[in-house]
Amino acid sequence: MLNEFLQLILSGIAIGCVYGLVALGFVLIYKATEVVNFAQGELMMFGAFIALTMGGLQFMPFWLSVVLAVLAMALIGGAVERAVIRPVLGQPIFSIVMITIGLGFFARGLASLIPGWGTLTHRLPTPYADQTVAFGELVLSAGHLMIILVTIVLCVLLFAFFRYTRMGVAMQAISQNQLAAHYMGIPVARVNTLIWCISAAVAAIAGILLAPITFVHANMGLIGLKAFPAAVIGGFGSIPGAIVGGLIIGIVEALSGRYLPDGIKDVSAYVVLLAVLIIRPNGLFGEKLTKKV
Amino acid sequence: MTDTVLEIKNLEASYGSVQALRGVSLSIQEGTIATILGANGAGKTTILKCISGIVDPRKGSIHYLGRAIGGKRADLIVRMGIAHVPEGRQVFPLLSVRENLWLGAYTRTSRVEALEDLEAVYRYFPILKDREKQEAGKLSGGQQQMLAIGRAMMARPSVLLMDEPSLGLSPKLTEEIFTIIRRINRDWGTTILLVEQNASIALQTASHGYVLESGRIVMEGPCEKLFQDEGVQEFYLGQKEETGVERRRWKKTRKWA
Ligand SMILES: Nc1ncnc2c1ncn2[C@@H]1O[C@H](COP(=O)(O)OP(=O)(O)OP(=O)(O)O)[C@@H](O)[C@H]1O
Ligand SMILES: [Mg+2]
Repeated sequence: MLNEFLQLILSGIAIGCVYGLVALGFVLIYKATEVVNFAQGELMMFGAFIALTMGGLQFMPFWLSVVLAVLAMALIGGAVERAVIRPVLGQPIFSIVMITIGLGFFARGLASLIPGWGTLTHRLPTPYADQTVAFGELVLSAGHLMIILVTIVLCVLLFAFFRYTRMGVAMQAISQNQLAAHYMGIPVARVNTLIWCISAAVAAIAGILLAPITFVHANMGLIGLKAFPAAVIGGFGSIPGAIVGGLIIGIVEALSGRYLPDGIKDVSAYVVLLAVLIIRPNGLFGEKLTKKV
Repeated sequence: MTDTVLEIKNLEASYGSVQALRGVSLSIQEGTIATILGANGAGKTTILKCISGIVDPRKGSIHYLGRAIGGKRADLIVRMGIAHVPEGRQVFPLLSVRENLWLGAYTRTSRVEALEDLEAVYRYFPILKDREKQEAGKLSGGQQQMLAIGRAMMARPSVLLMDEPSLGLSPKLTEEIFTIIRRINRDWGTTILLVEQNASIALQTASHGYVLESGRIVMEGPCEKLFQDEGVQEFYLGQKEETGVERRRWKKTRKWA
C-alpha cells in the first residue's frame, strides 16, 4: 500500500518535472517580453522529433543526437522570435498571443506533413529504455529517474546563469524595467531572441525526456495545456514557481488517476489551479511588485 | 574655444499624432554643463530620449562628436559614450544596488577599469556602498536617485544626460545631488546635459541654458543672462520677491567658482 503510494508520488514527480520544464519556458518568455507563448508545447514536440530523426541516423550516438536536437531547437526558437514575434511586438498583447496559438497549430500541421514524422506514434530509442533502478522496495524506471536528475541539473544551471553571469543579470534587468535596460546599453531585442533560444532548448530537453514515457507524436505538445496551469500556479513570472507548479500538478494527477474515478485525472490540473488561485490569487510565488514599463 | 560634442538641428519628434518636438536646435560644448528648462510636457524628456535612441526623430539631425546618431540603436549610443539618468530613477527594483551599478557598466570591456569606477562611485555616494547588497527597490527616493546617477557613471560616459535629478527630493538633498553633479563634471570632465523643472538650481549649476516651450526653444543663452531675464524669472523662478533671494544665493555660488 505505502509502497504503491510512494511509487505514484515518484512517477508524479517525474511527469511534474516535464510540466515544470515546459512551464519554465512560458515563464522565461513572459518575464522578458510579456508574451505568453502558447506554442511552447509544440517547441517541445519538435525537439523530440528532431532527436528522433537524428537518432535514426545510424552513425550518430544517442547523446550526440540529443545535444544536436537541443541546439537545433535553440536556433529554431530564436528564428521564430526573430521572424514572427519581433515584427508584431508593440501590437496588443491579445493579438500576439493569438499568433502564438496559431504558431502551435501550424507546428502540429507541419509535423504531420514531414516524412518520417507524420501522424503516427514513434518510439525514441534511448540507451536507458526499459531499465529500472531499485531503491529498496521502490522500483523506478530509468526514464523517470533521468527526468528528475536532468531537471535538477538544469535548474541549478539556470539559477547560476541568472544569478551570476552578466547576460543572466541583464535578462533579469530586462524583465524588471525594459526601458532602463535600454539605457544600460543592453541590446534588448537581441537578448530577447536569446531568451527564446533558451526557452526552446529547455522545451526540447523536456520533449526528449518525455519521449520514452509517452512516445513521440504530433500532438504531444498538447502537454502545454497542463504546463500552462503549472506556470500560473507558480505565479507566472517565477522560475522556481514554474517547477513547483509542475510538480504539484504531476503528483495530483498521478494520485487522482489511481484513487479517484475515471476522468478526474484529466481535469485535476485545472481543479488544482482553481483551488490555488482562490487561496492565493497571485499564485504561490507571485510577485506583488508590479512591473514598470 | 571648446569643441562641440553634441549638435542637434531642427529636431522633430512625435508620439503618434502628438507632436512633442517642433524643430529643436542646440549645441553642447565639451566639458560644460548645459541645461534645458521647460514646463511639464514641453518636450524635455523627449529630447533626451531622441539623443539616447529610445525615440526615433521624425526630422532633423543629432551629431555626437561629428557622427550622426539620430535613429541609431540605444545600445550603440551607450557604447559611443552617452549615458542617461532617466526621469523617475528607473532602477532595477529586485536587483541589488551593486548589481544595478554593474549593469551600468554593461557595455564596458575592462572589468578592472569598471571596478575602479565602482570604487569611485562609492566615494561619491558612500550610502550606496553601505547598501550594496540591498534590493534597489527598497532604497529611499533620494538613494535611488543617487543609484541612478552612479549607475550612469559606471559607463564612464563622455556625455551624461540627466532628466530631472531633483524630482521628489528635499531641498537639502537636491543641493547635495547638484554638488555631486558639479563634481562629476569637474573631476571627470564629463559633459552634462541637465533637464530640470527646478530652474533656479539648474541655472546655478549650468553654464548655458535653453528654454523649451511646447516643443520649441524659445530662448537660449548663458545661464547668468537667463537668470536675469524677466520672462524666465516670472515663469520659471516663481514670484518676483523670491527671485531676489535666489539671486543673492546665485551670486554667492558664483563667488566660490
Ligand atoms: N509615450 C508617450 N505617448 C504619447 N505622448 C507622449 C508620450 N510621452 C510624451 N508624450 C507627450 O509628448 C509631449 C512632451 O513630453 P515630454 O515627456 O518630453 O515632456 P517633459 O518636458 O519631459 O515633461 P515633464 O516635465 O512633465 O517630464 C507631451 O505633450 C506628452 O504628453
Ligand atoms: Mg520629462
